[in-house]
Amino acid sequence: MSDNKLQSQIPDGPLAEKWTRHKANIKVVSPANKRKLEIIVIGTGLGGASAAASLGELGYNVKIFCISDSPRRAHSIAAQGGINAAKNYQNDNDSVYRLFYDTIKGGDYRSREANVYRLAEVSRNIIDQCVAQGVPFARDYGGMLDNRSFGGAQVSRTFYARGQTGQQLLLGAYAALNRQIAKGSVKSYTRHEMLDLVLIDGKAKGIIARNLETGEIERHGAHAVVIASGGYGNVFFLSTNAMNSNGSAAIQCYKHGALFANPCFAQIHPTCIPVHGDQQSKLTLMSESLRNDGRIWVPKNIEDVEKLRKKQIKPSQIPEEERDYYLERRYPAFGNLVPRDVASRAAKERCDAGFGVNETGLAVFLDFSTAIQRLGKKVISERYGNLFQMYEKITDVDPYKEPMTIYPAIHYTMGGIWVDYNLMTTIPGLYSIGEANFSDHGGNRLGASALMQGLADGYFVLPYTIGNYLAGEIQTPKTDTNHEAFDKTEKEVKEKINKIFNIKGKQPVDALHKKLGRIMWEYVGMARNEKGLKKALESIKELRKEFWSDVLVPGENTEFNQELEKAVRLADFIEIGELMALDALNRKESCGGHFREEMQTEDGETKRDDKNFSYVAAWEYKGEGETPQLHKEPLVYETVHLSTRNYKD
Amino acid sequence: MNFKLKIWRQKNNKSKGRFENYTIENVSSDTSFLEMLDILNDQLICTGQEPVAFDHDCREGICGMCSLYINGRAHGPDDEVTTCQLHMRKFKDGDTITIEPWRSGAFPVVKDLVVNRYAFDQILQSGGFISVNTGGVPDGNAIPVGKEDADESMDAAACIGCGACVATCKNGSAMLFVSARVSSLAKLPQGKIEAKRRAKAMVAKMDELGFGGCTNTQACEAECPKAISISHIARLNREFLCAKLQD
Amino acid sequence: MSNIFSSSIGKKLIMSLSGLFLVTFLLLHVSINLTALFSREAYEAACAFMDTNIFIQIMVPVLALGFVIHILFSIIITLKNRNARPVKYAVGNNTEASSWAAKNMFVLGLIVIGFLGLHLTHFWAKMQLQHFLGHHGENAYELLTRLFGQWYYCAIYVVWIIALYFHISHGFWSAFQTLGLNNSKWIPRLQLIAKLYAIVVALGFISIPVYFWFGLGQ
Repeated sequence: MSDNKLQSQIPDGPLAEKWTRHKANIKVVSPANKRKLEIIVIGTGLGGASAAASLGELGYNVKIFCISDSPRRAHSIAAQGGINAAKNYQNDNDSVYRLFYDTIKGGDYRSREANVYRLAEVSRNIIDQCVAQGVPFARDYGGMLDNRSFGGAQVSRTFYARGQTGQQLLLGAYAALNRQIAKGSVKSYTRHEMLDLVLIDGKAKGIIARNLETGEIERHGAHAVVIASGGYGNVFFLSTNAMNSNGSAAIQCYKHGALFANPCFAQIHPTCIPVHGDQQSKLTLMSESLRNDGRIWVPKNIEDVEKLRKKQIKPSQIPEEERDYYLERRYPAFGNLVPRDVASRAAKERCDAGFGVNETGLAVFLDFSTAIQRLGKKVISERYGNLFQMYEKITDVDPYKEPMTIYPAIHYTMGGIWVDYNLMTTIPGLYSIGEANFSDHGGNRLGASALMQGLADGYFVLPYTIGNYLAGEIQTPKTDTNHEAFDKTEKEVKEKINKIFNIKGKQPVDALHKKLGRIMWEYVGMARNEKGLKKALESIKELRKEFWSDVLVPGENTEFNQELEKAVRLADFIEIGELMALDALNRKESCGGHFREEMQTEDGETKRDDKNFSYVAAWEYKGEGETPQLHKEPLVYETVHLSTRNYKD
Repeated sequence: MNFKLKIWRQKNNKSKGRFENYTIENVSSDTSFLEMLDILNDQLICTGQEPVAFDHDCREGICGMCSLYINGRAHGPDDEVTTCQLHMRKFKDGDTITIEPWRSGAFPVVKDLVVNRYAFDQILQSGGFISVNTGGVPDGNAIPVGKEDADESMDAAACIGCGACVATCKNGSAMLFVSARVSSLAKLPQGKIEAKRRAKAMVAKMDELGFGGCTNTQACEAECPKAISISHIARLNREFLCAKLQD
Repeated sequence: MSNIFSSSIGKKLIMSLSGLFLVTFLLLHVSINLTALFSREAYEAACAFMDTNIFIQIMVPVLALGFVIHILFSIIITLKNRNARPVKYAVGNNTEASSWAAKNMFVLGLIVIGFLGLHLTHFWAKMQLQHFLGHHGENAYELLTRLFGQWYYCAIYVVWIIALYFHISHGFWSAFQTLGLNNSKWIPRLQLIAKLYAIVVALGFISIPVYFWFGLGQ
């Protein structure tokens, strides 16, 4: 079953020693040689910024590209709740193994043991690093770091900086990056978007980028390219991702031969502010940390639901005994802190049964009244003040008085570019880190683990492993951007842009993107089935035709043109959407965020099929209009015993 | 709800801009301000006109990308919000809404309402960091940090770098932005070590880039979406003057 | 100390120190003035003290220098600040939080200097200056009675002092802020102290013309 294309490079030896042994065995590049080598990093979120800064410190010549006016705008900034680390500061018997185990289990046994163990191992260094950079983590009165709990864990291991942990960690990495920019070891290209990857002799040697301000198409060469461009959740149009987050860099790599792994694994976050209307552009996440103190419920009686929808009663008027705290009922051991996929499906189950509490029928309550009674308003406000304020600004409802309404929304994509243990893709010299790769979260990511992974990859993994490849490139001169491969790729990029421009159809980009989003949410969303997925594949094909014949992009291509940016990204989202549906159709099991209705237990829990699907599905691009080829990387569990996830007892 | 919009249009940095008038109808009061602009752009595109360029990204008030000066206020008529968090319920039906880009010599207009805030990056590059390399740092709990200090550091670190302080200051001063970074790091033992160098370097860069000086009008604090206090400016002044007097 | 005054904060340090010096002088000035409310003799004695005391004599040119520096740097700073925004907003600024005084310090300053010139010709030129030149100055108390017997002089002085009130009410706490002697607890306290200080000084100054206008002088 093993596939030649997929050499995972997982080192031998006991799990706990793999990373140490691997580090000892891989090649390093001398300081004098590092100065000769160039690395391109796409994206400046936690992964990209930390990698670029660390590589710059090591002496490499780094170029970073981001689509915003500053590296600090990357969407890592929006992560609220926290970052996990196996520090065991709380003396609650946490350990590297426990974090590893929770992550593997939370990912529903679809991630690589070795990668996850390494992640848990370096998680501790991340906290130390961030503290040294001046990240103002929450402290207790004795001056020690404070922790909170997150979903899928029974220990307190989440470090946080109020409700802005992602922001603070990113500012730390961005500061480290700024230090290198000032030193000259990193060169920053802001408002630049990578439009294509350039391969020379099968190796990643550079990119074609568009200067978003001037529309100029630029060539940039390097000895290695690192993709840290984040996830592709915006394929759903409405998601918690930033408006400009996109999967285009990843798709370009895919089209050049990098395999794309587990595209169907997308995480639906249970606590988002529900959709209010057609004109909505964006879904806002309410941090998972709220589930520490908030209790999720819907009314027990359908009559109460009717009254709520008609606004005849307020939620706070429904007495305690008439409320169905369905997570506490179904999962007594974890209660409101079950993993995200479980909480999301449970909300969908209640809403499908007709208990949705707002006009659209797609909302449940997240209630703080018990916590306010127990701890007082002041404590709650200290913990979640900014989130409560944000909620009130958006909805005009005061969450101190009435419960929040929440509903699941697309949040994170576990799938991504396939990488080996060194984080290298199937293209030599092309690396992928953070959310852009597929490696660590399996079928579902635990809360506060995305920040952990981005920084682990950027600070502590890639700077080591990239040396193993670059050690073989020290004799290679600087990449010549006049090479015919650059000519060819640049020509293709220009043709593509011109083509999109010249369609001059009738539909604005957003209208088409919304159509894609509706297909995805309906058929490739929280619950999927064979019929729906086949329908989705057909609809996406139709939509692709529609896009390439009817999209309307105004303005000119030689200037700042946001519609053009969106159109180019949408073309790629259509590809990703198709790949997601294809992968979801192939994976005839329910697992983590991927729920196939055909595969569920009697009480509606996911039913994995370890016998047939304990593998990473990696897809190879076979050309336009061709069905991609599936490669399977078997998941071998040497340490963990595969079991059914149980959050009930 | 219906609105009359008066929006600054400017093709690029070199061309001269002007105001254009638009009307928009049937907007729900629950619509966010940027969604209202999305609707306008949709109309413009469908009628063969160029959409209004404006910066935005996360749309949840944290990336600092959105930057509109609405009816004489940075981020519009609400407190402690970014433009993306502003909702149309804050306006009255039939209002005329004037939308301008941030105005500052240090923030050149890219197009319409889009400006570049590279100047902020440059200030931070001049010293807004702690000089530690990856690896080789002590345990996170090795150096205790008092809760009050950590909290105050976090208060300052909440800055999202949107530039509302500069946009709203009558002097186009970046003191709140600079002080937030200086103060946040100065409050932590890790950041104290190079505090003097940092304050001097960042102020010098700020001056060099053409930002104005602070005259303590407190407008920045009032329009800051994260309500960052001017007490941080006092700390910056203190840090800077002490550092300079020791030179 | 190297090039401290070329920095924006260094320039403001000068503004704040010279400003604090000037408001201290105002307190002295108003105390001298207030003696006029008690008796003619007290006031004349105070004036004589001001004309002859050696410390005061030394301080007069220093005070003048203080004014010059304060004015000069305010011009430098204001010009630089104006340049920071080459293109102005069409719809001004509707931020409510900042006080009117804070936004108009330069204009208030101009009003204060404008009237100051008038004031110096009215009083100082006829009193202390004459002493310095070795002449015999005009009787100060009579000067007061004569000048403030005219309603328009009273009005001018009241307007002037009101401008001064606003200027001090912002400038006083602002000086501490610039010196870095402030924090979130002390901002409101210093603002209150500034207001009280400005009120005391302003009421003190205004009381003189009002007193004489109502013919209460001897």
